[in-house]
Amino acid sequence: MNVKNILTVMALFSATLFTFSCDKDDDGEFGPNDKGSIILEFDNVVGSQNLQLNGPQTYTNANGDQFNVTLLNYYISNVKLKKGDGTVYTVPQDSSYFLVKESVAASREIKLNNIPAGDYTEVTFTVGVDSARNTMDLAKRTGILDPAANSGDDNMYWSWNSGYIFFKMEGLSPQATADAAGNKKFRYHIGGFGGMNSKTINNIKTITRTFGGEKATVRSSITPQLHIVVDILKAFEGSSKVSIGSNTTVMFAPYSVNIANNYVEMFQVHHVHND
Amino acid sequence: MKPMLNLILIIAALLWSCQPEAEQENIQFVKPANFPEPVYDLKKNPISTAGFELGRTLFYDPILSRDGSISCGSCHQQSAAFTHHGHDLSHGIDDQLGERNSPPIMNLAWHNTFFWDGGVHDLDLQPIAPIENPLEMDEDLKKAVEKVRNSSKYAPMFKETFGSTEVTTDRMLKAMSQFMLMCISADSRYDKYVRKEAGGEFNSSELAGMQVFQQKCASCHKGELFSDFSFRNNGLSHEFNKDRGRYRITLNEEDDYKFKVPSLRNVANTGPYMHDGRFYTLDEVLTHYTLGLKDQPTLDPLLKQNGKLGIELSNEEKEQIKAFLKTLSDDTFLRDRKLSEQ
Repeated sequence: MNVKNILTVMALFSATLFTFSCDKDDDGEFGPNDKGSIILEFDNVVGSQNLQLNGPQTYTNANGDQFNVTLLNYYISNVKLKKGDGTVYTVPQDSSYFLVKESVAASREIKLNNIPAGDYTEVTFTVGVDSARNTMDLAKRTGILDPAANSGDDNMYWSWNSGYIFFKMEGLSPQATADAAGNKKFRYHIGGFGGMNSKTINNIKTITRTFGGEKATVRSSITPQLHIVVDILKAFEGSSKVSIGSNTTVMFAPYSVNIANNYVEMFQVHHVHND
Repeated sequence: MKPMLNLILIIAALLWSCQPEAEQENIQFVKPANFPEPVYDLKKNPISTAGFELGRTLFYDPILSRDGSISCGSCHQQSAAFTHHGHDLSHGIDDQLGERNSPPIMNLAWHNTFFWDGGVHDLDLQPIAPIENPLEMDEDLKKAVEKVRNSSKYAPMFKETFGSTEVTTDRMLKAMSQFMLMCISADSRYDKYVRKEAGGEFNSSELAGMQVFQQKCASCHKGELFSDFSFRNNGLSHEFNKDRGRYRITLNEEDDYKFKVPSLRNVANTGPYMHDGRFYTLDEVLTHYTLGLKDQPTLDPLLKQNGKLGIELSNEEKEQIKAFLKTLSDDTFLRDRKLSEQ
């Protein structure tokens, strides 16, 4: 067999393989009870740059303020995945709460197991924690929902006004109004589940994103990875352009609604890996 | 003579120390006959003797504060119905002043919100606020739980209460709830009067006071708990204190300067009064309601009826109200040894 023949055989062989693998996908050659996993990767960026905690204050928001980021945490919960045929898989409630921390690499990759095999085209999730879980018995609030799960700057729970902080971003900025200690630090602690005994602000945001024509092919042997790009610059722009100088501290206050409306746009599905 | 005296002292000490053992009672939550059904869901946290004792130990343990200097009991003293006697505002850690007057811990099973602004909706979540408040105990809940976990004295108490030595946030806070839920005040002369029990006799001035109270105070200080647990603006001047009360929680302008209506049980022992402890005596409180109200957009309409500010009370009626309020003092509760630091 000469080289040419070998190449021909190889080409035929790969073509067969290719056809075979396509068949498998299109004809749904996986058992109805097959299960697989999917990974949602939250990749925090600043415009076109990768987010680097505690870097120089050289990021620039839409208002022209310069800043860095010292802390970025947010809850992702109530994940649902939709197949091309419209069927929806809802991750079981008790296993559907995640805390993404820029400081903890492992927390940025959320692995969902026991997903029915299939071709998924859309994801829905909540940024924050639903109101039911904000008011539930403590016995049902374990892991990252334990009010004692995080301490110090990392704390994601308001004790004086019971409820979770859904999104927390802090950083330094020369434009920030100095705090009592003289630090020019902005602090955005966004929460508010709508109130228990009185109606209050509701910053629970549920986001749906299609995969832009791509499919996540969950199989027992394939764990697709959904690459979600989270551009923090979007938190400062959109329906309200945020000035770090005028809004250095935004916590449980009416203005928080603006930042929450903005940050919905941070989350975009960039691409899907199926390997 | 001396050895004899020593022996007597030793025997006396032994006898005395045996006493509490013998007296140890089984802790049970019993709804007072004249009270409504409790709001707290006792099924999710059944009260046991072990759980109550664990909660009591935690309540009086200063390890819950950052530097081990302040316990819950520091600002909630039993003899003052678990308020901070004589303090308008309480001193927390590093001798810092808190922002509000420490409220009583009493009959909390009947409350559906906690704190002057009602920011917390579940008793189990309540202790987190003073533990983490930088002016009070200034400790991260996470570290407080870890300290309890690492303290050898707690392991057997958790085991006895929950069946294993594991210390979780849920278990720790539920045990504290068990202690607080048992702080029930329902044995005042008023209660005995209502339940027609021995010792429940009122004199004529107390009876008259009860009538005036029912006409002029009981729409807010309602029922057997002496509060309807609503949030109201009672016309205090906010010239020197900008605390917006319930507004902080709801961000609703209509809630500006509203605070939770406090119970008046044991009111003779819980001074100073109001959310910032600005009035030291009941006389000052009554004078406020008759003469001192400041008109404001969110002032409670009950305090401005027919365009007239304040509650009309003669001096005699004021004296009668005070006489009646004193019948709400509950010595059984204020001196109950099982609620004290052991």
